Amino acid sequence: MLSQHLPVLLVVVPLISAPLIVVGRSGFAGWILSVAVAASTALTATALFVRATVSGPISYAIGSWPPPWGIEYRIDAANALVALLVSAIALVVLPYARRSVSAEIGQDRQYLFYALLMLCLAGLLGISVTGDAFNLFVFLEISSLSTYVLIAMGRNRRALTAAYQYLVLGTTGATLYVIGIGLLYLATGTLNFADMASRLGAVTDTRPLAAGLAFVTAGVGLKFALFPLHAWLPNAYTYAPSAVSAFLAATATKVSVYVLMRLYFTVYGVDAVFRDLPLGPVLAALSVGAMFIASAAAIVQKDLKRLLAYSSIGQIGYITLGISLGSAPGLAAAMAHVVNHGITKGALFMLAGAMALRVGGTGFERLAGLGRTMPITAFAFVIGGLSLIGVPGTAGFASKWALVSAAMGAGHWWIAAAVLTSSLLALAYVWRFVECAYFQAPPADAPEVGEAPLDMTAPALVLTAAVVAAGLFASPVLDAATRAAAALMGHPR
Amino acid sequence: MTAAFFGHFTYWASIFLLMAGLYIVIARGNLVKKLVGLGIFQTSVYMLYIAPGKLIGGTAPIVGEGFSVYSNPLPHVLILTAIVVGVATLALGLAIVVRIREAYGSVEEDDLLEADAKDD
Repeated sequence: MLSQHLPVLLVVVPLISAPLIVVGRSGFAGWILSVAVAASTALTATALFVRATVSGPISYAIGSWPPPWGIEYRIDAANALVALLVSAIALVVLPYARRSVSAEIGQDRQYLFYALLMLCLAGLLGISVTGDAFNLFVFLEISSLSTYVLIAMGRNRRALTAAYQYLVLGTTGATLYVIGIGLLYLATGTLNFADMASRLGAVTDTRPLAAGLAFVTAGVGLKFALFPLHAWLPNAYTYAPSAVSAFLAATATKVSVYVLMRLYFTVYGVDAVFRDLPLGPVLAALSVGAMFIASAAAIVQKDLKRLLAYSSIGQIGYITLGISLGSAPGLAAAMAHVVNHGITKGALFMLAGAMALRVGGTGFERLAGLGRTMPITAFAFVIGGLSLIGVPGTAGFASKWALVSAAMGAGHWWIAAAVLTSSLLALAYVWRFVECAYFQAPPADAPEVGEAPLDMTAPALVLTAAVVAAGLFASPVLDAATRAAAALMGHPR
Repeated sequence: MTAAFFGHFTYWASIFLLMAGLYIVIARGNLVKKLVGLGIFQTSVYMLYIAPGKLIGGTAPIVGEGFSVYSNPLPHVLILTAIVVGVATLALGLAIVVRIREAYGSVEEDDLLEADAKDD
């Protein structure tokens, strides 16, 4: 009975917990409830993932209104994987958040933090599971609006300007998405993704469809910081509270990338996007720009969190590069990188937050000598950094390897070359940290520091261990990504 | 030519509002004015959605005698939702501007950049 309603419970449980936390007005009770909710959503997502993998797509009609008239939640191998990633990251970040939030946010506002995090979680999971284009917009705005407030809660006053900038650009992006969906709705008369896909073939005047594709690409691209639409991301990730940076970097951009995949491969279909329109080369050019320019920008940053933020823009380039190939192996590589980069960046931002707690910030001048004072944290950070570079044995290698083989398989040797050379830039920015933490003496006036408390270090190390595990045993993620790619491409025009 | 122009006048109006709103967001340095531009930008989309749903001579969508041609009600419902989202965005944006004003003492972009540059 209950198991039938799992798809909607995945969204409703965190959504309802948010007002409950606000009513409770207690930071501690709010934290307990959020951890419980995160655990329940992680279990739900796991159950759905297993069911979608074993017995195919799950369709859930909200309010028993049958699709395409009612809103359908449709869970296949692709969005089950995304939902699993989001809820697993939430479950790891929340135990970590307690001490980090106590240090960074005033006692009287902590319950609001947890309420907003739950709203953000509900929004991200909603985007993942919904099969309705406009419902997706509503969840996009639920997650975005709560994200703006979460970023504004940072200690530095620049968090406010970062949140404002993100609000303006994020709203612009969401509005462009709505325009694109509006054009699709006018052409097909439906908002259900699967229904849209089946009706697009009968549309004779394809110009509105091309315009709609341009609008959704620009809109969703703004949301996941597709180079050069990334202006909001560095400040937002740098000045947000540590737990927020970790959660968002691992999930928010990844969910938006999934939206782009869904629209390209399920709704429009490969032929419409990559054969009839020149989107492949355009996306490939932007991806290569991200991989080189954003990674080069990361090298010269003076702040570790800012460096990680620029690195995220570069790594998103690898994901979009996989999409731009317009093939099943390329899409699978992109999906694998969504998961692998999600856990890598989550781990790195959590470790950076642990350092910030001990030395009071993430500016490189404060981090000098951390290899001696916080050996475990610094070492785990280096492992995460190796995954950003793509060293064998880490998660980053598995998905980059999949990307390179997909590119070679399609005969694009220059893409393989670009992936390899841009990895050298990643080596350079990771080396910045190594040099600072291991080869510089701590500043003379530095406070006596040790490792961060266990309740912060342990979740970060769990995620770091996951990075190594996903590198040594790459096949579960790669298989899941291959199934996800097949599910996304399952409705050819 | 003129028929094509006037036949699509709701689209022209939407496009004008869209561009005007976006221009204000980009060109104005005052954070409140930027939000006004953002509001206009979002409003243009409401019209883009609602106009095609209206049929001249169409009735409300009621099942019964004499209601054969009706206007599509779905765009209205969608845009009601979008209006709620727009109001929430504007309220949040203004709240952040209030906090920026408290922290920086100004809502002009140039002053904020200058203050941040001074911190470095």
